[in-house]
Amino acid sequence: MKAFAQLFLSLDETNKTNEKVKVLKEYFTAVPDTDKMHMLALFTGRRPKRQINSTLVRNWAVEASNIPAWLFEESYHVVGDLAETMALLMPESPNSSSKTLTEWIEEINDLNDKTEADKKLWLQQSWAMLDSQERFVFNKLLTGSFRVGVSQNLVIKALADISGLEPAVLTHRIMGSWMPETYQYTQLIEEQDAAENISRPYPFFLAYPIQETSEKQKTPEEVGIALGEAAEWQAEWKWDGIRAQLIKRCGEIFIWSRGEDLATEKFPELHPFLNALPDGTVIDGEILSFQNGLPMPFNVLQTRIGRKNLSRRILEESPVALIAYDCLEFGGEDIRYKTQAERRVLLENLQSTTPFPEIFRISALITFNTWDELGSLREQSRAMIAEGIMLKRKSATYQVGRRRGDWWKWKIDPLSVDAVMIYAQKGHGRRADLYTDYTFAVWDGDKLVPFAKAYSGLTDAEINKVDYFIKRNTLEKFGPVRTVKPELVFEIGFEGINKSTRHKSGIALRFPRILRWRHDKPKEEADTLESLKALLGE
Amino acid sequence: MAKKPLLEFTDIGIYCARGKFYIDPWKPVHDAVITHAHADHAYWGHKHYLAHHLSKEILLYRLGEIQLQTVEYGETVMKNGVAISLYPAGHVIGSAQIRVEYQGEVWVVSGDYKVEDDGISTPFEPVRCHHFISECTFGMPVYTWKPQVQIFEDVNNWWRTNLHNGVATVLVGYSLGKSQRILQNLDLFNGKVYTHGVIENTNEALRRNGVLLNPTERITQDSVKEEVRKGIILAPPSSVGTPWMRKFQPYSFGYCSGWMAIRGAKRRRAADRGFVLSDHADWNGLISAIDATGCESVYLTHGYTATFSRYLSEIGFDAHEVHTLYGGEEEDEAPSKSPPEGQTSNLSEKENNNDTLKVSSFGEDLEGANAGGNAI
Repeated sequence: MKAFAQLFLSLDETNKTNEKVKVLKEYFTAVPDTDKMHMLALFTGRRPKRQINSTLVRNWAVEASNIPAWLFEESYHVVGDLAETMALLMPESPNSSSKTLTEWIEEINDLNDKTEADKKLWLQQSWAMLDSQERFVFNKLLTGSFRVGVSQNLVIKALADISGLEPAVLTHRIMGSWMPETYQYTQLIEEQDAAENISRPYPFFLAYPIQETSEKQKTPEEVGIALGEAAEWQAEWKWDGIRAQLIKRCGEIFIWSRGEDLATEKFPELHPFLNALPDGTVIDGEILSFQNGLPMPFNVLQTRIGRKNLSRRILEESPVALIAYDCLEFGGEDIRYKTQAERRVLLENLQSTTPFPEIFRISALITFNTWDELGSLREQSRAMIAEGIMLKRKSATYQVGRRRGDWWKWKIDPLSVDAVMIYAQKGHGRRADLYTDYTFAVWDGDKLVPFAKAYSGLTDAEINKVDYFIKRNTLEKFGPVRTVKPELVFEIGFEGINKSTRHKSGIALRFPRILRWRHDKPKEEADTLESLKALLGE
Repeated sequence: MAKKPLLEFTDIGIYCARGKFYIDPWKPVHDAVITHAHADHAYWGHKHYLAHHLSKEILLYRLGEIQLQTVEYGETVMKNGVAISLYPAGHVIGSAQIRVEYQGEVWVVSGDYKVEDDGISTPFEPVRCHHFISECTFGMPVYTWKPQVQIFEDVNNWWRTNLHNGVATVLVGYSLGKSQRILQNLDLFNGKVYTHGVIENTNEALRRNGVLLNPTERITQDSVKEEVRKGIILAPPSSVGTPWMRKFQPYSFGYCSGWMAIRGAKRRRAADRGFVLSDHADWNGLISAIDATGCESVYLTHGYTATFSRYLSEIGFDAHEVHTLYGGEEEDEAPSKSPPEGQTSNLSEKENNNDTLKVSSFGEDLEGANAGGNAI
């Protein structure tokens, strides 16, 4: 654990990519193989199962810190991270422990069938043998998410340097579901992939945005200059659903979301067509709600995403289908090396023979001869219930991760309204102790009605200024939330708008974010609920 | 009618009506007693200043030709029958707590203070009083400092590692206080200490005042970059990310501040290394200092005043929050340099004046003022 805690500290102590890779390599070469795999699991979002509920951990931490519970809460708002708050508030311990990361995780997993009293005793004893930095990472293991300031790419790069394997190969080998307890480091770095893992998905290839921010729109001419001949490109609509990878191997089916969640059971409608596919097939596509052959807005799909049980009513109201984009494995062969055009032919073959063409759909190609023509077609995206256009170079292979060059997304301009900030809350992580999370309102008569929350879109300098304003213009405090004097106006951008019965305003926005701070607008000139509802269409 | 308190909080500063003087006022007054030379405590424009001897040169350097009387710690000055005396606050060189006594009633104004002996400021001395007016910049239990010897061991090791790796070392801290504290604790066997002009001006003022500081060399147009890169560069927060600093690339940049105790704050500043080193008292330091005064009431001027006063009340103190323009933490946190554009007009008339004055007049010295983070 000392090595793991030190790894965390060292990663925090530098902003330089090369330094971080060096630190990761030092860690990998210093610890036993089982620790390597546990670290890899943690750094790629595979946290051990939570064995103590976090309210209990928190309560016991309050006890150990010997301060009142309210003060613990206030401290948490200042620190912005529960694990760190607990680590900072507990008194220094005189003891130390030489247990490895693997041993600690084993102990955590062994808590499963223990009584609450046993868990408490174990936790108190554990805290008492860890220093502050170790406690911080230990608390991270027990609670909450394990986000570190290191991308998976850096971890892969370090491993690639050590093992001599290609980063793309390693990225693939750590996809999908695996357990650090059973996946051996030696298996991971073997020359030939020896792990028999029929559920393992391929890394997703992600498109790069043509306009880096919504404010810098690109004209068809500019796109043409950047991308060259229109004939070299394939265009499709950019659908707004759940990006997924669907696998049929050895008679079994798997559906993976882009977040590497296994979601097979969430989409029973897709099972028949998947079962009908030949073994050794992997398809990349978008899952959307469909009704009468037409895609429905994302919020319809959203209603069923979080559900544990899919009731018949949900399945009726929000039936899904797949729009297939690509074929990654065909006849048991990894065909990512083939060109876009070649893969498209294979995908079309698969789709044309399916007995379920209503469910297994294919993303239609948009015919266009010039960038200008495509530019005008793009204007119809919203009517198509699409977010814009996807551009894929016909000669491109299927690559790993988000990269510039061969796949581009050309999204339409977001919708926008001018709104007044009325509530604010402190952020987390590097935004700790700063007011960064805001609620916005529009006018309904002479009242301001909240309609959206947004966190992103301002620069650090702007955030400091808004924070300064909030701290001087607080009307009331409700726990962590402050009511702010309505004064500042922001342009809020969003991708879509739908009716909602769950919100006071009666509407729900898709991807709201701050486009800019309207210094020039007094609050009286912010938009109205009426004008917002007019965007609902119908 | 109830008896008027000896000290009261006005929108100009802490006021003694009986003695007709202010303590650390933020608007021009006739008679000002100054705890220390940081810009949020020593404003320009007063008719007459009273401060400690060791603040003399720095006040003259910062405020120009002012009418200044200086005194020794423990020396008494009478104003209209009210006895004023200064006691060490341990915050920076020359910083003082102001003790005010009239007919047996004693008030003490802490200014800013820390309880750890930093080796260059006269160490903090608790003063018995009835009413204690205290700062609480770090009045949250998550802020607890390690002894400075441990921190400087880390600093010196980091410097050595940088030398070994061939990168320059830039250490950022406030020009008055932190910089000298760092300077006196660096391992000079590692190399020479180079200073940014703002810091060297401060050092020179202190040397004129008879303070013995380790040797430093001012970085000028004529400095040889390769030589400077072999030493350590002391720079103020305002220089972070400027072309001035970038010319020493490649470098590792460290930041010395109490705010570095929190990971988020550290990441926000994007420093390579954050050293938790503060010239303010930590949570335990504040409580022990307040306890040692034996006071009946404590008034909290700046920092996490709401939280800290609630806690003090729970453990049996008569604690109050008061509004002042000191510090800049939490409630009154100011962005480091310019006033937020388009916002001053949103503030009430009174606050507007204050804020404009405050923001435009302070330099880079306020630890608290940077709590929100420089946009680096």
